[in-house]
Amino acid sequence: MTAGALFLAVFLACVVEAVEALTIVLAAGTARDWRSTGLGVGAALIALAIVVAALGPALTAIPLSALRLVVGGLLLIFGLQWLRKAVLRASGHKALHDETAIYARTLAAAENAPPQRRGLVTDWYAFTLSFKGCTLEGLEVVFIALTFGSNQHDIPLAAIAAVAAVLVVAAAGLAIRAPLARVPENTMKFVVGIMLTSFGVFWGGEGAGAHWPGSDAALLGIVPAVAVFAVALVAVLRHNTPVAVR
Amino acid sequence: MITRVRAFGAFWYDFVVGDDWRVAIAVIVGLAATFGLSKAGIPAWWVLPVCVLLVLPLSLRRARRKD
Repeated sequence: MTAGALFLAVFLACVVEAVEALTIVLAAGTARDWRSTGLGVGAALIALAIVVAALGPALTAIPLSALRLVVGGLLLIFGLQWLRKAVLRASGHKALHDETAIYARTLAAAENAPPQRRGLVTDWYAFTLSFKGCTLEGLEVVFIALTFGSNQHDIPLAAIAAVAAVLVVAAAGLAIRAPLARVPENTMKFVVGIMLTSFGVFWGGEGAGAHWPGSDAALLGIVPAVAVFAVALVAVLRHNTPVAVR
Repeated sequence: MITRVRAFGAFWYDFVVGDDWRVAIAVIVGLAATFGLSKAGIPAWWVLPVCVLLVLPLSLRRARRKD
């Protein structure tokens, strides 16, 4: 169960982040310059590879209980933030993430910025826009993949899930040359929030010395319990939904 | 230089802690309570689930009040 859940959580989180990065890259390339945008993407991938190369071996060297305590705690904090936003969006208290609208805004801003050449980069704005977008979205991917992978002692599986997600989104983006607005991003974020929170509770508890009833099988209870709780919170909050964001 | 260090710190704070710092504090307290109870030989697996049950609705309530 945990290997499947590990793959699913990392894959979904990576799809969501890759869709967001793709929107920024498409806007930068379309409005400005594809070569500089590509250089920005390449530079971001190198920066992320350096982070993985530095953190990956370090995480595997930490004793498992200490790793689970720290990483479980971080995952739980991270997961609760994701879940909080997802519940607010699903209940109408926060505007839904709309890739088409974000693309239009980014495109308009990119078209109005003045051109500037720096070294090999012919368009500095396109370079920094794509570099920042890919690095920031990629950091979340790296964090989730490394924490899940190291805790399960299966970083290769987490890496496969992450790379598969990025390749699927990149291929879809290249094929349609438009933001992937049809991807059910808000639902996926909701699911990822549930997974991060559940694994954070499980690993954080284990790292702090707790023994779960049923050991690993406890996750079979934790994940649905968190999901039901989150859905119940959405139902409660929907009673007072502001009309403007509905 | 100081501005860059501050920006770096602010980025990581926002990345990990996010919009509601109380969530992070509650998780740390929950982990500490789990550790303490476990050391005392008392079953402590329930502490973090209870923490989630309390923290998420309170954080959502604060977010709604901000609206």
